[in-house]
Amino acid sequence: MSQFLPLMKICAVSALALFVSTQAAIAEDNADQAPWSMADKYWGADVMAKSREAVQKSNGETLNYLVMGDRLEWQDTGGDGSFLWDAQGWYGGDLNKLWIKTEGEFAFEDNEVEDAELQALWSRAVAPFWDIQAGVRYDLEPKGRTHAVLGVQGLAPYWFEIDAAAFLSTDGDLSASVEAEYELRFTQNITLQPRAEIGFSASNIPELEIGSGITNVDAGVRLRYEIKREFAPYIGVEWQKSLGNTADFIRGGGGDPDNVVAVIGLRAWY
Amino acid sequence: MFDRRKFLTTSLGAGAALGASGLFPAWALPASKGNMGIPALTGTNFDLEVSKFKTRINGRETMAVGVNGSVPAPLIRFREGDDITLNVKNTLDVDTSIHWHGLLVPFQMDGVPGVTFPGIKPKETFQYEFSVPQNGTYWYHSHSGLQEQIGHYGPLIIDPKGVDPVKYDREYVLVLGDWTFTDPHRIFAKLKKNAESLNFNQSTISDTKGLKGMWGAMRMSPNDLADVSGETYTYVINGHSTSDNFDMVFNPGERVRLRIINAAAMTLFNVRMPGLPMTVVQADGLNVQPIETDEFQIGVAETYDVIVRPTEAKPFAFVAESIDRSGQVVATLAPKPGMRAQAPKVRAVPVLTMTDMGMDHSSMSSMSGMDERSMKSKNATPAAKKDHSTMGPKMEGGSMRDMDHAAMGHGPDPHGPAVQLAKVEADIKVGPGVVNVAAMPTNRLNEPGIGLSDMPHRVLTYSQLRSLVPNPDTRMPGREVVVHLTSNMERYMWSFDGVKFSEVKESIKFMEGERVRLTLVNNTMMPHPIHLHGMFFDVVIPDYQNGGGNHKPRKHTIVTKPGETLSVDVTAEHVGDWAFHCHLIYHMHAGMMQVVSVLPNPQKSAETEMEHMKMDHSKMEGSN
Repeated sequence: MSQFLPLMKICAVSALALFVSTQAAIAEDNADQAPWSMADKYWGADVMAKSREAVQKSNGETLNYLVMGDRLEWQDTGGDGSFLWDAQGWYGGDLNKLWIKTEGEFAFEDNEVEDAELQALWSRAVAPFWDIQAGVRYDLEPKGRTHAVLGVQGLAPYWFEIDAAAFLSTDGDLSASVEAEYELRFTQNITLQPRAEIGFSASNIPELEIGSGITNVDAGVRLRYEIKREFAPYIGVEWQKSLGNTADFIRGGGGDPDNVVAVIGLRAWY
Repeated sequence: MFDRRKFLTTSLGAGAALGASGLFPAWALPASKGNMGIPALTGTNFDLEVSKFKTRINGRETMAVGVNGSVPAPLIRFREGDDITLNVKNTLDVDTSIHWHGLLVPFQMDGVPGVTFPGIKPKETFQYEFSVPQNGTYWYHSHSGLQEQIGHYGPLIIDPKGVDPVKYDREYVLVLGDWTFTDPHRIFAKLKKNAESLNFNQSTISDTKGLKGMWGAMRMSPNDLADVSGETYTYVINGHSTSDNFDMVFNPGERVRLRIINAAAMTLFNVRMPGLPMTVVQADGLNVQPIETDEFQIGVAETYDVIVRPTEAKPFAFVAESIDRSGQVVATLAPKPGMRAQAPKVRAVPVLTMTDMGMDHSSMSSMSGMDERSMKSKNATPAAKKDHSTMGPKMEGGSMRDMDHAAMGHGPDPHGPAVQLAKVEADIKVGPGVVNVAAMPTNRLNEPGIGLSDMPHRVLTYSQLRSLVPNPDTRMPGREVVVHLTSNMERYMWSFDGVKFSEVKESIKFMEGERVRLTLVNNTMMPHPIHLHGMFFDVVIPDYQNGGGNHKPRKHTIVTKPGETLSVDVTAEHVGDWAFHCHLIYHMHAGMMQVVSVLPNPQKSAETEMEHMKMDHSKMEGSN
């Protein structure tokens, strides 16, 4: 359980920071002159001030959240295959959000988690379609490394969803990943989702089987059926290729750097 | 036959209108349940109770928040000029309120929490008191939270003091609504999580317009006609779905007056009666010169009164189709109770165009003098200057002086040469909340509603409307206030001038007695029914005597089309803080709201007083 402690600390600090900044913003507002006040003389300044603050807050300053399993899928990776999760969620307002992302893989054959990471990010809207995200990533598996994260997430022209981030680990290793997704609707319920992901590393990390340069390219398509917009099972296929030194490390470890796997899964959000 | 002149003159709780009918007030019952027109019920004292209750919509049990236990609420009907008292008791466990939509009440009786009063607390009874100098078809609804979406709305009719210029033998009220069995906060949350998730008419591989070209580049959808569609909504007339069939009866040859109120939360409707021309006689409670048409689009919160005169003894369909054609509701007008008109199929779905994006350069040539003037001034004042750090509409220094100058020099002559009005235009706050689409907005008042341009029959446009009586104030405005309608649909952020209501630091200021031109520039890709409380918009129709005609239609709510710029002249008569917002409830909830403060003018000049002699103030209660 101890490996979760740093993560909990991170979450607590992020939440506190969000709370304090919100409170500061409210205090600042109160210091300003009321934007309108003519009803004060009929109903009292105090009662109107409270009511005014409430109505302004409720029309534009509501807090919302999203919990989304983008890919919850079984992958045919040989043997009994593996389960992959790629989920994210956020909580906050229009401009500032606390963003949590997690991704990982469980191999059924070995009955163990092969990869698992968790990110806690402060996400700030900086342009109509783009957020800057900064925070920490904690690797639950393997090894429990911690990284600083700086990324950008948003919607590019022609509706490409982009999620790019750079990671600097406590060991000084720099890595990055870029994900792009596209949604092509066949009908209002059937959607084909092409998806690509490229990984980079600035250095060789043999113990993680990561080589410098482009580490891997994953490209896949998933065809989903939206029973409801929030609930969509899918099938798909993904090509997973490791490159350069990374491929050498994998070959050296007896693995195959070039796989094509079938996937079946669920995309769901609330 | 029903005699509409017979009134109960005693004070009567409107709750009595409910009678034994149960779920529907008498006026909202179909003919098959005995409603032969609007029951003659009127009074000066009304007891209303806001509560949460079970009701049935489209045969399905559902929870509502409403007035006197029915959806819609009781018809409130009184006579022009009467002193009215309404006691509103709140039995909810949250605050509530009632706003009298379109009524010129003293502002502290206007019913907007946080703006004109503190709201009605649980267990509290609030007494509204006013008399109004107007008559016609209006409505009332909650201005608290999202209560309006779940049933808190009802019709209100003010009978004229004198003779009604509209002649009719029988009348019905038709309150259009978009019912949902989903918690409205959940709907709003879904829009925030994924703004397209409630649209089931998205671009597909066989209809790729929205994926490529300018649309794809700008991440705008030509299929985004409505945020919430028929998948979520059950469209209703007086609480009745199509299968519930709200039916009305007529005797062939009778003039039937239909008072149509769009009380929906999010849905603009296309209204038509196949085979039966409609003569529009009133818009937003004020009479217009009768104009015959076959279809019109009614924005949320607008009202239209039409006269139909069926001569054939057969059932006619009254069709209210949602703007995005994702659904409709049909009622029946028939010679006998219990008949059902053939419901037409929902028509093909329209798509938005480059004009809706405010980027159609070809339409420039059709613009009249009015627009050219505003275009010129737009060049002088770029719409979005990024170097300004202060946000929010504000009055620039010296604008009052400019106003006086303009009023003295050119004010009283509406047919004089075009003057350049002193202009107040806030810089749009650019940032994540604003995708500034309309680079070249155009005046679209002479176009029918979105999706109705290519109909094989007549469709009403705003530019066809003319007030029946001359406008009470014909002064040329002294200055122009420009407000931009702004959004980022992807983040579901909606605002005026890029500033959400929650961020507003200063209200828009009008001076008592001032005549202002309010110009709305729609920088978004959706139509917005914009409502200003406490004042009427004198709609400036560019082609109508160069915008200066003195029978301008007067409205409390005006739909501003995508990529449109339009102007209305307003007389700031009544001192107070007045809510100003988009009447699509989730747009308002996301921040598309402001307040217009009409400031008392201590030095109201004798000249201004003289001007005002023309206007009838005698029946208006002082607002302070």
